[in-house]
Amino acid sequence: MTAIALCKGGPDLLGVAAQRRRTGFWLLALTVGLIVTGVVAVGSGAVGIPPLTVARIIGHHLVGVPGDVTWTPPQEAIVWQVRLPRVLLGMLVGAGLAVCGVALQAMVRNVLADPYLLGINSGASSGAAAAILFGAGAGFGQYALSTSAFLGALAASLLVFLIARSGGRVTSIRLLLSGVAVGYALYATTSFLIFASGSAEGARSVMFWLLGSLGLARWDALLAVAAIVLIGMIGYLTVVGRRLDVLAIGDETAQTLGVSPDRFRLRLLVLVSLSVGVLVSAAGSIGFVGLVVPHLARRVVGAAHVRVVPVAALLGAILLIWADVLARVLLAPQEIPIGIITSLLGAPFLLILIRRLHATGA
Amino acid sequence: MIRASEVSWRYGANPVIDGVSVTARPGRVLGLIGPNGSGKTTLLRLLYGALRSPTGQVTVDGDELSALPSREAARRLAVVVQEAGGETALTVAELVLLGRGPHLSTFQRTSRADHEIAARCLARVGAAHLGGRAFAQLSGGERQRVLIARALAQQATHLLLDEPTNHLDIRYQHEVLHLVRTLGTCSVVVLHDLNLAARYCDDLVLLGSGGVAAAGTTDEVLDATVLEPVYGIGIQRLDLDDGIHLLFHPIDHTAKQRSAA
Repeated sequence: MTAIALCKGGPDLLGVAAQRRRTGFWLLALTVGLIVTGVVAVGSGAVGIPPLTVARIIGHHLVGVPGDVTWTPPQEAIVWQVRLPRVLLGMLVGAGLAVCGVALQAMVRNVLADPYLLGINSGASSGAAAAILFGAGAGFGQYALSTSAFLGALAASLLVFLIARSGGRVTSIRLLLSGVAVGYALYATTSFLIFASGSAEGARSVMFWLLGSLGLARWDALLAVAAIVLIGMIGYLTVVGRRLDVLAIGDETAQTLGVSPDRFRLRLLVLVSLSVGVLVSAAGSIGFVGLVVPHLARRVVGAAHVRVVPVAALLGAILLIWADVLARVLLAPQEIPIGIITSLLGAPFLLILIRRLHATGA
Repeated sequence: MIRASEVSWRYGANPVIDGVSVTARPGRVLGLIGPNGSGKTTLLRLLYGALRSPTGQVTVDGDELSALPSREAARRLAVVVQEAGGETALTVAELVLLGRGPHLSTFQRTSRADHEIAARCLARVGAAHLGGRAFAQLSGGERQRVLIARALAQQATHLLLDEPTNHLDIRYQHEVLHLVRTLGTCSVVVLHDLNLAARYCDDLVLLGSGGVAAAGTTDEVLDATVLEPVYGIGIQRLDLDDGIHLLFHPIDHTAKQRSAA
């Protein structure tokens, strides 16, 4: 609407109105794509359910659409109890990984940064391994695994923060280095826990968790927390899009344009750590989404973060849901860890990216 | 007006700026000149708060700079830094519009008025045709002009530039400095080229080995007896109709020593 108003006001200076129209188009198209993806994904799996039936069951539950019940109780249970929470968690995790990747790439000014750069997932993995192998956090009942993983993530991010801080500042290079160091140390810790437990079955469960899975999704508090944190994060990053733009250019530029780079980077660090901690606790470490999707989003709507963040969120959600569908369908009834799918799809993309960067000499 | 009193900065144990005081007066262009390593850029960074001097203070229109909120500081000081931001994937228009940021609240989008200002600033530096291009694909000179356009779009009351003529060919060196001069804002410019300083600056501060070697009007500072010991080069000054011109020649130390003997 604003775009049209701008056109009426005179010529489209600097192509801003055209850009806004294009972004609006993409946001609309991707939202439709996400809804269609969701319905199709809920319908696919070991038991196929037609999309129309899926839509009817969901509509029945959400707004109590009256009408004939044309589906069987097992179909209803599969759609509402099993697959819908799973698809919703997939949306949240995909979107969350994508926007955290966007934020980190701006924070450390490196296009190869991803949400796991800060070693947060390694911390979560150590926590998860402790829970699976040694029963850590058993007091939290059904949330033992995710709580333990979250505490691990929290410890890792605190450690990274303490090491990266120098004189009250956190510079991008120190953040990068301490993230990598802490990541390796905690990776070793996880390996040691597996080694020390001596349980082959336990090792297999940890491995499965490390590669990521949406299999834990239920209508529970975890899903609610993930929804609140990740939707909040997407909203926040969209609002501070301009500040992300100037931070991505450089600290000195940010400062001269009225953004305090140190304070802003610190705030982002806290929020990204929280988000990554939550999503790793809920779904394990799913690789490549946070690295690849920001680049896809930039190709589609340009580099300004106010546009990149929402588009990346939608793209990430769609991609992760399809990866999960592949994970469930390819070797059905066996389920492949979703991290294997995202890495297989992401690696070639990364190679293309490197080639392109190399070709332009940037 | 920007006033720095008794500011200092050291890198490790080396004092680069040691108890320096300078004043940039309203409506005038102040040039910071001096040999390599004399601390011109460091002094400029102290003036816009990228570096916080452990001694003395910097005030902008009477208010202490370190006490100003960063957005308010950005409405008073527009800066063109050397940090090129060459890897950004933003377009030229987006980059210039970022200059409007200090005037917008967090939730505000850029308005038509902002777009008009940005377009006008691009036109002023002769870069109106570059609006839709990717900044990273521009030549060094084009980038420099775009960065100046962004600083202009900030509509700040002071303009600080760190060697703005770097990467520019001779025509744009003069165009950019001519533009700075005609703005009428209080400006501080770090310059290497003394002839550009002669033509476009009202006042000069000559830095040499940690401190101010000379300060005053351009006419006072650009004096061969003042410049020669600082730069270590022979200087001949010509006062022509259109201003001061400097000619340089190496000092032949061996010849001097021979004639002394």
